[in-house]
Formats: sequence, structure tokens, C-alpha cells
Amino acid sequence: MILEDLLREHNLTKYEYERIISLIGREPNLTELGIFSLMWSEHCSYKSSKIHLQKLPTSGPQIIQGPGENAGVVDIGDEMAIVFKIESHNHPSFIEPFQGAATGVGGILRDIFTMGARPIALLDSLRFGPLTVSKNRAIMEGVVSGISSYGNSVGVPTVGGETFFHPSYSHNPLVNVFCLGLVNKGKIFYARAGSPGNAVIYVGAKTGRDGIHGATMASAEFDSQVEKKRPNVQVGDPFMEKLLLEACLEVMDKGLIVGIQDMGAAGLTCSTTEIAAKSGTGIRINLDLVPQREEGMTPYEIMLSESQERMLLIARPENVPEIQKIFAKWDLDAVVIGEITDSQKLEVFFQGKKVVDVPVEAVVNLCPVYDRPSRKPENYDFLHHLDYNSLDQAQNFNEVLLSLISHPNIANKEWIFRQYDHMVQTNTVLLPGADAAVLRIKGSKKFLAMTLDGNGLYCYLDPRTGGKIAVAEACRNLACVGAKPLGITNCLNFGNPEKPEIMWQFSEVVTGMAEACRYFDVPVTGGNVSFYNETEGKPIIPTPVIGAVGLIEGLSQPCSPGFKNEGDLIILAGANKEELGGSLYLQIMFGLEKGWPPEIDLEAERKLHLFSIEAIRRNLVESAHDISEGGLAVALAECSFLSDKRFGFLVNLEDRIRPDALLFGETQSRIVFSLKKENFLAFAQLAAQKEVPIKIIGQVQGKRMLFYQSGNLLIDLKVEEAFDIWKNSLEKILSPF
Amino acid sequence: MKFGVVVFPGSNCDYDTYYVLKEILNQPTFFLWHKDHDLKGVDCVILPGGFSYGDYLRSGAIARFSPLMEEIIEFAQKGGLVLGICNGFQILLEAGLLEGAMLRNKKLKFLCQTISIRVENNKIPFTREARPGQVLRIPIAHFDGNYYAPPEILDKLKKNDQIIFRYCTETGEINEEANVNGSIENIAGISNTSGNVLGMMPHPERAAEALLGSCDGLIIFKSIINFQKSII
Repeated sequence: MILEDLLREHNLTKYEYERIISLIGREPNLTELGIFSLMWSEHCSYKSSKIHLQKLPTSGPQIIQGPGENAGVVDIGDEMAIVFKIESHNHPSFIEPFQGAATGVGGILRDIFTMGARPIALLDSLRFGPLTVSKNRAIMEGVVSGISSYGNSVGVPTVGGETFFHPSYSHNPLVNVFCLGLVNKGKIFYARAGSPGNAVIYVGAKTGRDGIHGATMASAEFDSQVEKKRPNVQVGDPFMEKLLLEACLEVMDKGLIVGIQDMGAAGLTCSTTEIAAKSGTGIRINLDLVPQREEGMTPYEIMLSESQERMLLIARPENVPEIQKIFAKWDLDAVVIGEITDSQKLEVFFQGKKVVDVPVEAVVNLCPVYDRPSRKPENYDFLHHLDYNSLDQAQNFNEVLLSLISHPNIANKEWIFRQYDHMVQTNTVLLPGADAAVLRIKGSKKFLAMTLDGNGLYCYLDPRTGGKIAVAEACRNLACVGAKPLGITNCLNFGNPEKPEIMWQFSEVVTGMAEACRYFDVPVTGGNVSFYNETEGKPIIPTPVIGAVGLIEGLSQPCSPGFKNEGDLIILAGANKEELGGSLYLQIMFGLEKGWPPEIDLEAERKLHLFSIEAIRRNLVESAHDISEGGLAVALAECSFLSDKRFGFLVNLEDRIRPDALLFGETQSRIVFSLKKENFLAFAQLAAQKEVPIKIIGQVQGKRMLFYQSGNLLIDLKVEEAFDIWKNSLEKILSPF
Repeated sequence: MKFGVVVFPGSNCDYDTYYVLKEILNQPTFFLWHKDHDLKGVDCVILPGGFSYGDYLRSGAIARFSPLMEEIIEFAQKGGLVLGICNGFQILLEAGLLEGAMLRNKKLKFLCQTISIRVENNKIPFTREARPGQVLRIPIAHFDGNYYAPPEILDKLKKNDQIIFRYCTETGEINEEANVNGSIENIAGISNTSGNVLGMMPHPERAAEALLGSCDGLIIFKSIINFQKSII
């Protein structure tokens, strides 16, 4: 009975407990049980997702390091490489929004500079419940302030991201944080132990009782007692992080260390065992030497603490004094707490006694892997019963467009990104709001483009198609700024994987993503799975978030979405279809989350990306913007809003489909370009050569947005008036005074 | 012209400032470590933006006690050029080299955006390349930029022409709408009485390349360089 309670507290099954006994040949003591519970948690072990994630392609000529390290590494030429990753901090952000989000930023920054890279950009993908509910507003305010406070202080710009709202996130907000760093190819560091006798050095903040069981907390559903978990959330100290970052980069730059591992989720437990496991060595540490913030901490607490801003370094003993000198310069502790051994065990001493003695392989690599049962949800077929004839055509499309552009999913996000320092480090070329964030690389003629994307509703309606679209749209965003994709990282946010319906969604989404990645030849360099996004049994809609990174070469500046010149032609690349399923239009105007999401033809999509990248490279276009949520009408309006001079447009389309589908349908594989008339011939020739259907649909003109279908005027709005609504609606909801 | 950029723990615009001076303007530029007592013979000291000591107590309140501040204060008192940008401005206020104080922004949010400032005095070494009343487009990025000074200090600042920049509209109008952080009388930058110490909240180092949106910040750095040339 006591054992059962203990196992429940540690989120371990009886089967897993028995496996531990057979692996270590005896019953674990409490500290050892704690260590296994952390490392075998879903969060650390990927035990439910592993067999599915194997479907994702992970190799390519540009890949220096795929999944398995703190972050993926990609070659960008000229002896430079980029390091990037996305991670979730959903559970802590729900319990304590400010600290949850702040420590999410801190954790992903450490993942990047652990590899030797200087972080140069942060992006966030955020999901909240509707802002009409005050609790959701409070969560959002807390999350945005937390990201702002941490990222701004450390001095890494938050250059972009996305924010969406849906009722399923009300009790389960998503906070996915992406970071990218730049590193010299010869100075990449990994979690390595080197040879026995090497010193194990603890650096950074002191260890306290905060965050014990964070990783296990992130591996279970929440119930109504969730508030009680607040003490499990760690507290961030961005100033400490900044010092740690500078000191770590300095010892790495001077080649003073052998390996390094962040103490993130699962703290000292994870860093010691992973470093030893990756090098086939053992590790011995003495907890009496660990700098502690509180008195009377037990070995269990010290090993399981998730106090932030700590790192573990491995160095040859002769380099220790020099390392300590550098850390002292930054007013930081660097304490030798143990050494690398050849025992292949984790041995932990406390007050002269050995309190842990377990094989590192068992802890790190021998967690059971589950092929959990999966089943299509019972209501799945019902979701697709959508009779277009039952949908009344709106009478006033002006009003519909205004409702869409003022909806928080589409409205300008300045209220958010104004709180983020998006310019520090002076590399930000395209400010937040463009299709992708673009940074220049100092000392080169290259630009890096990055974007986060994922539509949960599409995945809810058809997870496989949704998975494909998530990848397609992220790559399309890159193509709109002229960037060739190099790799993607992903954060997969789902409900409880022990439920077959959730497992089915997960498996289908990953299958769809894998297919799209292969098609576009974009490998996955790593990522994160966040399961158990459920509160009181209600899961979120399945939400994969794709972080795509691309390279722009041979351009003096990237392409941006805003119209540039009066009289430029507006071209639609791609075909319009009568598709309304899963659209924001159906959600807002009819309250429907039904139908099939838009179809996706990966071949057409791939051709479109290649065409866009090439047209931009040849300087044929003035602007490019992806058509996504809200459809063609919203995309055109955004081209006006993002235009410095707020140019209007006149377009006329001849497609014989429902006008609402033409305006607001979210058919995939479409981009709106604007270009100078004299470039049209070359542009059209390129389109023919790349087999992309294009048509002139109108021109940039005046100060009104005019949209005709076969000569019938559907939309007629003043740009300035619509712009004010788009620009201010989020601010009105969040800062009404 | 030799520039020194001070590095406090938590400075994060130190490298950006160094980059503009060294790589764009080709000036000999050095980092000055806060624990040293050495200004390395520079002609102008810049206190860059960032979050010195995390700004945990009050922005700039701890950095003023850094060892190097003793030399900086002495240097300023002898007429040396000292420019404080954002957190650097806050440190100069805490150190007593400039008068007044910073409050939290009026809407109690961090603000990062490109704004307009009007040059109110182009007679000091930092602004001599600007036209009188010239409007500069320069980014801000701060939480505590709501400048305040009691009436007697405000009067003194006005009387001595120590108000160097004011927040304005794109056309140069000074009004409440343009006053993004709520500063008293739209003040964005002030100098000491002799004009050799300037504090400003906007970041001129972020407005030094057309690719990044504006070159107006260069006016300030070029003013310093040409001032130095003019006195040699």
C-alpha cells in the first residue's frame, strides 16, 4: 500500500518499478527512485512518442547534429553553424504564468549556449483561451511579461512567433519557446565526459528546493487541485543567466572544457547521468560540495531540484583553476563536485555515505518504450458533416472582413511584441509581423529566416493533413521572404497519450509531418513532445508547432509582405478552391469547427516554394505574402496594412466559387505577390518553367481595398479605417485604459 | 577619436555600441571592464544599455558603485565626454552626473519600438551635426524611461538648455500622444550644465544602418567624432 502511494507520487507504474529492480538488482532507495522517476518521465524519456518520432527524417548534408543533443546543429557555410531548438513550458505557465514562461526562455537559452553558440534570436508560439475570459487575459499578460522580462534582460531579441486563441487552451495554455544561436563550426560543444579522472564542475546559481518534480509534473494531467502545484514551478533569474552565458562562452572559446550539460528539467540527475551515458563512463559526485541556497536539504531534494541557471562542466583537472578564474570574474561559483569514473555508474555521496549507486545506462537509456494503443475518435466522422448549402452567405462582406481582422488570431500583435526587445544585438531586419523573422549575420552577406507555425484546428479535423500543412506553411513562410529551408524543429503539444484517441492524433500528425519533411527535403533537427495537456479530462486540440529555419543568400535585403509602390501588379500564385472546413471564417461567423481542413498537394506546394525563392532571388518581386488564416481577403488586407504608405488595392477574380470561400477560404499553396509591371514577363516565364499557376488579379492602388468577383463588388473599405481596427483591437481588449 | 564602452555585469548593448563605433565608423574602440580602474586613455566613455546587475533594486542603482565609476565621475568632472544610453542614462542619474530620476513607463509595460525625438539643443558635442529641431527616428527599449525632475531642477534644465531631446510626432510636434513613456515635458535626453555628459533613453546604436531601418543615430556618434576633430 505504501509502495503504491509512493509510485503514484512518482508517476511510475508497478511494471516500471519492477523493471528498475531487475536493472539494479535490488529495491531502489528513495533518492534512487526519485532519479528513475525523473529520467523515466514522459518529459525526459519520450517513452510514448519514441516509436513515432522515428518516422521523421533527420539527416541531410547540412546537418552537423540531429536529435539527441541539447539542440540541433546545421551548417550554413563559411565555417559557421546555427544551433536551434524549440521547447514547451506549458504546464508551469498555466500554474504560474510569469515564472513559467520566464523559465521557459531561460531553459531554451541554456540549451543553445550549452552547445557553444551565442543565442541571437528567440521566438514564441503561444496559445491561450479566448480573451473574453478574464483568467485567460491574466494568463496571457503573465506569460508575455515573463518572456519579456527574461529575454530582454539577457539581451537576446524576441524577433517573432505566433499567438492563437481557442477555447481548448483555456485550462491549458501553450508556451513554446524557440531559440537560435550562432557558433563557429570548430567550437561546438557536446555533453561529453572525456576520460576518467576529469573534474565535474558545478557552475551558476545555488541549488534550492524549487522545481522538485517539475518533469514529472509535466508528465501528468492536471485536476482541480492544480493550484497546489505552484511550488513546483521554478523561479528565474535572468541576470544570473546572462553572467552564466558570458562565462560559459568564455571557457568554451578558450577550449578549457571537455563537455557541458545544462541542468534543466531533472537538474543534477539529468546532467550527471546523461553526460556519463553519452561517453560510456561513470560519474561520482559529492552532494556536500554542491552550493546550496537552503539548509538541511536531503540528497533526494538536491538531486531532484530544478533550480534554474545552473550548468555542469567537465574539464581536465589542470584546467580547473583557469575556469574558476573566469567564473570569478563574472562573480560566479565554479565548484568541483566530483569526477568522471570508469564504473559506468552514478555514485552519489552525502555526509560520507554513498546514497546512490545505479548504472547510468539503466537510468538514461533503459526506460521502457511504449507502443500505446491508438484509435480514431468516435466523433471523427461526425466532425466532417458539413453541408455548404446550409451556410447562409453573409450579406455584408465588409463586416465579415472587419470581424476577421479584429479577431485576436489575426489582429496585429504589437501589444505583445512591443513588450519584447526585438532589436537588441542589432541584427533584426524584418520586424515581428512579417511572414518570417529575418536576421542578418554580421560580417557576411547572409540572412537567416525563422518562423513558427501550427494550426491546431486543422489537426483536430484531420491530424495527418494538419501535420502536413504545419510543415508546408512554415516552409511557405520562409519562401515568402526568399529563404531556402535548412531544417525544422518541432514542439508537439497533445493530450494524455494513455488515451487511444490522443495517441491516434499524435501518430497521424507525426506521419503527416514526416511525409511533408521528406517532400520538401527538410530534416528535423530535434524538438520536444509535450503530452498530458489536459485539465479535468479535457484535452487541447492537437497542436504541433513547427519551427523552420532558412537561409537567404545573394540578396541585399529579404522580401517583405507589405505593398511597395502604387501601380504594381498583384499576382496570385496557386489556385483558389471552394474550401471552408476548419476556417477561421466558419468559426467566427457560424461557430463551426467542422468539415475537412483544406487539402494539401505537397508537389504543388514544393513547386510554389522553389518558384517564390527564385523569383525573389532574381529581384522580380516587390512583396510576397502567404495566404493562411482568414484567406485571400485577409492576406491582401495585411499587404496593405504592412505597407509603409498603406497602399490600397483593386482586385477582381473570376473564379466561380462561393464568394465567401473565395474571400475567406484557407486553400493551401497560395502566395500573393506584388511586382513592377516591367518584371511581369520574366516572372511569368519563371512561373511557367517552375510549373506554378499564376494570374494577375489586380494592382496596388489608392487608399481603398476593393475586391471584386466577376465584376461584383464584394469588399470596399478604406485602408486607414481597417488598419486602425486591425492595429488596435488586441490593445483594446488587453489595455482598455 | 578613442571610444570606451563600459561593460557592467548585465550590460547587453555593449557589443552593439562597439560594433557601430568600430565597424561602421572605424574608430578605435575599447571595452572597459567595470571592475578595473582604467579608462585606457579614451576620449569618450559610453555607458551602454542593458540590465546592469539585473536592475533588481532600481535601474542603475548598483552599477553606480562599480569601481570604474570613480574614474568615470572624475573624467566627467574634468570635461571628458560621457554618453549614457538607456541603462547608461539611468546609471548617470544614480551616480549624480545628471539630475532627475526614472519612473516606470506610464502604461507599466516594457516598450520596444522606433519613435521620433526632436533635437532641442544642437550646441553640445553630442548633437552638433544635427539641425536645430531636427526629428530623429531612433528605437527605444526600456521599462523605466519615464523621466521625472522636480520643478526646481526642471527650471534649471530649461534655463541652461540642458534638455537635449524630446519625444515628438514624426513631424516634430511635442504632444502627449508622442510621449510614449510619460516623461515629464516629453524629455528623452538631458545633459549636465557644461554639456559634456549626455543621457538619452533612445538607442542611437540601433539606428546606424539603413538595412535595420534608420541611420539617424549616426548623427550623435558623428557629432562626437567631429567635435573631437574640431578641438584638436
